Amino acid sequence: MKQEIVTIHSFEHLTAEILELTFVSDYLSAIAKPGQFINIRVDNNFPLLRRPFSIFNVDGNKISIVFNVIGTGTKMLARKRVGDTIDIVGPCGNSFLSFVDGSFDTAVFVAGGIGVAPFTFFTKHFPQGKNLMTYVGGRHKELIVEKGLRNVKVATDDGSMGFHGTVLDLIKDDHAKNKYGTMRFFLCGPTRMMKAVADYAHEHGASCYASLECDMACGIGLCQGCNIEMAGGDKKYRLVCKEGTIFETQSVKL
Amino acid sequence: MIQESFKLRNVEFKNRILVASGTFGYGDEVPDLVDIAKLGGIMTKSLSMKPRDGNPNPRIAETASGMLNSIGLANIGVHKFIAEKLPTLKRHDTKIIANIAASSVEEYCGVLELLDVQDGVHGFEINVSCPNVKEGGLSFGTDVKLVSLITKELRRRTQKPLIVKLTPNVTHISEFARACEAEGADAVSVINTVIGMAVNINKRSPKIATTTGGLSGPAIKPIALAKVYETVNAVKIPVIGIGGIVSWEDAVEFFIVGASMVQIGTANFINPSTGVTVAEGVKQYCGQNGIDDVSKLVKSLRTNKNVSIVDSWL
Repeated sequence: MKQEIVTIHSFEHLTAEILELTFVSDYLSAIAKPGQFINIRVDNNFPLLRRPFSIFNVDGNKISIVFNVIGTGTKMLARKRVGDTIDIVGPCGNSFLSFVDGSFDTAVFVAGGIGVAPFTFFTKHFPQGKNLMTYVGGRHKELIVEKGLRNVKVATDDGSMGFHGTVLDLIKDDHAKNKYGTMRFFLCGPTRMMKAVADYAHEHGASCYASLECDMACGIGLCQGCNIEMAGGDKKYRLVCKEGTIFETQSVKL
Repeated sequence: MIQESFKLRNVEFKNRILVASGTFGYGDEVPDLVDIAKLGGIMTKSLSMKPRDGNPNPRIAETASGMLNSIGLANIGVHKFIAEKLPTLKRHDTKIIANIAASSVEEYCGVLELLDVQDGVHGFEINVSCPNVKEGGLSFGTDVKLVSLITKELRRRTQKPLIVKLTPNVTHISEFARACEAEGADAVSVINTVIGMAVNINKRSPKIATTTGGLSGPAIKPIALAKVYETVNAVKIPVIGIGGIVSWEDAVEFFIVGASMVQIGTANFINPSTGVTVAEGVKQYCGQNGIDDVSKLVKSLRTNKNVSIVDSWL
């Protein structure tokens, strides 16, 4: 893990509301793994704390993140220009790849809104020859990103794109029609969505891993601010930043 | 050559920049990010006799130029610290000050006695002021008799530096500093976090699980400076300044006001190497201003009138 000042290489609008920001880092591109995140200092004095972003893609020595412009930090990021610098710490957290093994036939990626962020990089490193289904849900079509994903099915709450309904409704609909063998779910998105999908996965005997989101101050285990309550075991809490962000969903209280 | 070191009781710190308890773990989270040997010392995460789970989520909330926290003294307990953390921690070429938090006078004494025999522990900082845990901090830190008692009992049990970390959430912090001095404390740390609150207006709920928490970061620096000023004018023992330091300029302010050492807290969450850059900056400032010993900077504040902080506000 390193702290680096990196230079912005490009911005791309993936949809009207979602931006991809690409920067250059030889260090990060060499060691980052799918599911890991970086913690960005948007500007020198304000906002005070860093903001965590999943690594969206690694291409050569270029790294990208995606975000929709909703809060103070993302508004400031969106105002940056190519050639400007940002201060990053990373890579942080664990990787989805730690949970890819021979015990399942089909990986089921489920993304809610901007929770799609880690799946593009994950898809790139997902073993060839293993089945993969990707379900992406969002409130409307401007929140749907499909870049770099495989076997994608889309659901929107307002029906503006793909299936009209929640991503869980889409999954149920698809699984009624198609059989995927032993499944392992990988989730990232709003907690309520992840809880619903995790419950569905467990009811169907599938294993399930979720990348959790939590307000963080440091992202590296110093502040102990991002605790998640465990469902059992020796520790009452674990830290999302350091011991996650990816947890087996039955091990935590979502 | 600029003299940066500082001696507290029998321990010499290579410089006057420390990292605050609870903002640097046990030194093991940051080896890649920080040259720890360039720090004067590390105040460990608070240690209690038994491990503490800490408070429920959410534990932190960002505020204007600051953050609220209610971690709840989550820690691995003193036994595990000695067995698992100290062997690595003590290999660093810096001073290790064990911060102790407890819910009874007996527990303070017990934890200190276990640590006092460890050669890797160079001194103690006593957390009497954490506002998060009901049965712990607040009740001691706002009661001057209890602060006196704790200081007295711990002083009897150690020859290592004994520092008491004071809460600003009292009417006169100087009263508490005097009590610590009278009972033999070697220094006081001023200040711990300021009680604060933030509300989510959509949920109409507190932003942190414990409703109120400790405010830290640049937002509290002026408060901290005023409390250090009040304290250095009340006691002869060294005062260690803490509160919102993010740059060397901030640290210099604390030295000028009268702090003998300073601690970097919240800034470590943003830039874990803040302590190193502050130490370098302070040294450079001294060089540029013809100051050959940081001690000459300490309490060098030029005021027009010699009025006490209390008089000026009454």
